[in-house]
Amino acid sequence: MENAILVSGLHKTFGRTHALNGLDLTVRTGEVHGFLGPNGSGKSTTIRVLLGLLRADSGSARLLGGDPWKDATALHRRLAYVPGDVTLWPNLSGGEVIDLLGRLRGGLNPKRRAELLERFDLDPRKKGRAYSKGNRQKVALVAALASDVELLILDEPTSGLDPLMEEVFRECVAEEKTSGRTVLLSSHILAEVEQLCDRVSIIRNGQTVESGTLTDLRHLTRTSISADLATPLTTIPGVHDLVVDGTRVRFEVDTDRLDDTLKHLTAAGVRSLTSQPPTLEELFMRHYQGAAR
Amino acid sequence: MTGLRHLIRLILRRDRVLLPLWVLILAALPAVYAASFAELTPTEEARELYARTTAGIPSIEAMLGPVYGHSVEALATQRAGLTLLIVALINVLVVIRHTRTEEDAGRRELVAATVVGRHAPLAAALVVAVGADLVMGLLTAAFMGFSGGSLLLGLSLAFAGIVFAAVGAVAAQLTENAGPARGLALAVLGVAYLVRAAGDATGSNLSWASPLAWSQYTKPFAGDDWRPLLASFGLTAVLAGLAGWLSVRRDVGGGLLPTRLGPAGSTSLTGPFALAWRLQRGLLIGWSVGFLVFGLAFGGAVSGATEAFTGNPELAELFARLGGGVSLTDTFIATLLGIAAIAAAAYGIQAASRMRAEEAAMRAEPVLATGTARAPWALGHVVFAVVGPIVALFMIGAGLGLTYGADVGDLGQVPRLIGAALAQAPAAATLTGLTVALFGLLPRLSGVAWGILAICLLLGQVGALLQLSQVVLDLSPFTHTPRVPGGEVSALPLAVLALVAGALTAAGLWGFRRRDVGV
Repeated sequence: MENAILVSGLHKTFGRTHALNGLDLTVRTGEVHGFLGPNGSGKSTTIRVLLGLLRADSGSARLLGGDPWKDATALHRRLAYVPGDVTLWPNLSGGEVIDLLGRLRGGLNPKRRAELLERFDLDPRKKGRAYSKGNRQKVALVAALASDVELLILDEPTSGLDPLMEEVFRECVAEEKTSGRTVLLSSHILAEVEQLCDRVSIIRNGQTVESGTLTDLRHLTRTSISADLATPLTTIPGVHDLVVDGTRVRFEVDTDRLDDTLKHLTAAGVRSLTSQPPTLEELFMRHYQGAAR
Repeated sequence: MTGLRHLIRLILRRDRVLLPLWVLILAALPAVYAASFAELTPTEEARELYARTTAGIPSIEAMLGPVYGHSVEALATQRAGLTLLIVALINVLVVIRHTRTEEDAGRRELVAATVVGRHAPLAAALVVAVGADLVMGLLTAAFMGFSGGSLLLGLSLAFAGIVFAAVGAVAAQLTENAGPARGLALAVLGVAYLVRAAGDATGSNLSWASPLAWSQYTKPFAGDDWRPLLASFGLTAVLAGLAGWLSVRRDVGGGLLPTRLGPAGSTSLTGPFALAWRLQRGLLIGWSVGFLVFGLAFGGAVSGATEAFTGNPELAELFARLGGGVSLTDTFIATLLGIAAIAAAAYGIQAASRMRAEEAAMRAEPVLATGTARAPWALGHVVFAVVGPIVALFMIGAGLGLTYGADVGDLGQVPRLIGAALAQAPAAATLTGLTVALFGLLPRLSGVAWGILAICLLLGQVGALLQLSQVVLDLSPFTHTPRVPGGEVSALPLAVLALVAGALTAAGLWGFRRRDVGV
């Protein structure tokens, strides 16, 4: 099985809201796949379809080689899920919830459970109502990470965790990857994605807008350049957001057009030049802002 | 108290439908009772006979409270004894809903961080509850035709509510969550009712220990005595003051009763049924014990009814004829079991609604994302919603049978009354089935089941008095339950009810397996 998750042309509407609008997503077996997009872009809806909690209106979805709706129970034994907003039963202790969810998935590794409790610094004796948001998140994380499964589906799992715990989480995911597990990680935290993910998919308004490795995506970004020229230029072909101030110019250029643009500048005589390398952040901001518009 | 005005408006905005509804319905009930008494017992003699032989016997006084006169209004006042209980119950729920529930959900924090005084949230909830009670009291008086007596009846009803609004306010300060706070306040209400019932059944002064009794000792339309309401007023002031005092001595979100640590792990939570047991056992135990206690208490009061006949064969014969050969004790127990059937249905709805609550709180999702299929997850709860009310009814039958049987020296009453109690189960199960069907097919309308139960309750309570046509009365499943003990039992209606309940439940489970979860 090459792909752990293969989704194409997925549609889902809630009343008048078109939550998924032909979404595509491919997660290869054994990779950590970043799933990014602004709030309300359809990440959680996609995950719920994959978990067989929602039935898609049209399109196809395959999960671990099965149908997420028809084979839900059998598939669920092979995966663990951490929701973005964990709510616990107020009268059950954290340890009870971990054991319950683990057992419902078909058992968890007691050694790993103890180790994770230690690493996440979680007191399993507190009742669900007494946990803070971050600690509730830890309960779900420990239950998922201590299960022996092929696929982890994590929906914004670090929301509410402090930076120290976020670091522990990253270590854990890196270990999962080493042991050959597939991870679908929905996240807003760029550093987390850059550090952990082999490939990412960015979605917006229920559609996939970018998908590929981080190196691929970096090529899609723009370099910012500001230069002081010997002779003033009023137009430079193929650049974005050009600002001309006498002999000074500022603009952004797509990475694949960088060479042409530099030739154009040197022809005018360059006195000084600073260039800012492309960052993923800009790419994400560009897509996120697109959603707001 | 800064911000009090805004908080009051917030509560009124949130309850803009519910609040006027209960105020109006409860205010109308005494007038409806009065109209029906005017119709059913038009003559002075008839009412006098009714007061002496029915309203005045210990078992009825235990259930409703004492009767002080035999005018239409005085009889209606006694009949409103259960209205009193409902008013108190609603006040507890309203106050906790706007205090502890808000804190529990974290919304209080949002409000507390704005320019709002420390006392304002609690005060706002109390002001709204007390205001609604007073409006209800005035409307009651208006519906009964303004007079000293009707005004006193209205105020008595209002004060039953006001006292328990304050009880709810204190309970809301003690526990960290809304559920236990409700449980605590309702337990106080239950004890108050039992103490009054015991006192009135035996004619002792014990009743004075219950705030519910104060609202009845005012004797509206029978020598109006305003003084007991002073006690209600005093207790309210003390409790409200206590609640206010407690509320500033604890953290927002914290309670005064400590929360304990739980186990570090579990070996017993092995599957969906084990989880359902953990989530449902509190309800099951609470309702079973409650039903047993009520059964034991009222079983003891029943025999008082027979005493009224000793040395009065004329009366005994009259009642034998009135009841169609059914003894008065049997009639009384059958009435009691009719009310128990409604309560058991409420339990069934409550237990079945847990599924929707789990789904809405997003606690169903992580469980359904494991190897647990939807059907076993739902069935875990459905089993409790179906079997739970049967267990509770068994308990009330056993309780009634034990104390009544001991009284008359015939323990054969135990199986007889258990059987009579269990005959109520099919009707109650139809409401459970309806709740499951709504959950599976129309999840957003899950709350409608409570509305249907309220309609059944109204049909049962005032339907016959209003002389509604049998077709309308037949809409309620409770109409089809035979009047037992004493009445004739035919299996057909019970079997049909059970079948309807089963079909509704199956439809709900079928729907749930096919629909989106988390909508």
